[in-house]
Amino acid sequence: MNHKTALFNYCLRLGDQALIHSYRLSEWCSNAPILEEDLALTNFALDNLGCAQALLKYAGEVEGNNQTEDDLAYKRGERRFLNALITELPNGDFAFSTLRNFLLSAYEMELYTALLKSNDTTLAAIAAKTIKEVKYHYAHASDWVLRLGDGTPESHTRMQNALNKIWPFVDDMFTMHPDFHTLVDLGIAVDSESLKPIWEQKVNALLAEATLTIPTTGHKQHGSTQGIHTEYLGPILCQMQYLQRAYPDAQW
Amino acid sequence: MSNDSQLQVWEVFMQAKSGSNFIHAGSVHAADGKMALQNARDTYTRRSEGTSIWVVPTTAIVASNPDDNDMFFDPANDKIYRLPTFYVMPEGAKAI
Repeated sequence: MNHKTALFNYCLRLGDQALIHSYRLSEWCSNAPILEEDLALTNFALDNLGCAQALLKYAGEVEGNNQTEDDLAYKRGERRFLNALITELPNGDFAFSTLRNFLLSAYEMELYTALLKSNDTTLAAIAAKTIKEVKYHYAHASDWVLRLGDGTPESHTRMQNALNKIWPFVDDMFTMHPDFHTLVDLGIAVDSESLKPIWEQKVNALLAEATLTIPTTGHKQHGSTQGIHTEYLGPILCQMQYLQRAYPDAQW
Repeated sequence: MSNDSQLQVWEVFMQAKSGSNFIHAGSVHAADGKMALQNARDTYTRRSEGTSIWVVPTTAIVASNPDDNDMFFDPANDKIYRLPTFYVMPEGAKAI
C-alpha cells in the first residue's frame, strides 16, 4: 500500500471517529437530563461534526478521486468505515455517554496535541482547531465522571456499570492499522499505541478519584482498523445514509 | 425532564467585549460554580456573544419588591428636569 492510500485511510480513521461520535452525541438532542446538558452534548456533536467534515474533505483530496466529504460520509459501506468501536456503541444512559465522552476526549487530547507537530500542514491545522474543542469536552466530561462516580449510590452504580460495559471496547481505540506505521515514520501520523501509557495514567487517576474500579479481566474487542464493526454501526449508517442512497445527490 | 432539576439556579452575566459592562444574559441550573460557568458557556456563548462570564447564585440577589414600586419609582416620574431633554444633541454623538 502506498503512502497516499495510507494517508487516505488515516484521515478516514480520525474523521470517522469524529463523525460517528457526533452522531451518537446528536441523539441526545431533546433527551438529556437537563436543558443545559442537552445544549452541551449537542454542542459537542457539532464540534465533532466540524472535525469530521475537515478530515473527510482532506481524505477526499488525498485520494484524488473527486470524492467530497459528503460522498465519503453518505456513500461508503460499513466495512469501509474505520471509526473506533467505542464511538458506535449505543448511548445507554447519561452515565455511559458521559464516560465514553471522557475516555474518548482524554485520548483525543493526547492525539491532537501530538498531531500539532505533524509534517502534514493540513493535519496540523485541523489539530490546532480541534484541540481547543477537545480540551473543553475533556474538562466537561471529566467533571461529570467525578460527580457521578463519587456521587450518590445510584449515580455511582450507573457509572460503574457503564465502565464495566465499555471497557472491552477501549483498547480498540489505540489500535494501529499496519499501514499507518509508514506515516508515523514520515512524521505525518501519530502512533496511537504510544499514547496509551499517558492516557492510562490520566484516566486511571480520575477514575480512582471518582471511586470507580477498572475491570481487570475480560475480553478485549478489536477490529475497527480492519473495518470490522459491532452490530451497532449498520443501523447508524442506515439512518444517516438513507436519503443520499434513496435520492442520490439530492440537494435542498 | 423531571420536576425542576433540583439543582440550584444561577444568574448569568456576560461581557461582550473587554471593557464593556456585564449584562444579564439569563439563568442556568448547576450544582456549583464550576458547573454553572460551564453551563453558562454552553447555553449563552455558542454564537460568540461573550468574552467573559460571571455567574451568581440567584439566592444571592436582593431584588426590589413590586409592592414598593410607588415609593421607589413613581417620584421620578414628574422630574423631567433630570433628563437632558433640553439640550440639542451634539452632532455625531450616538451613545447618549
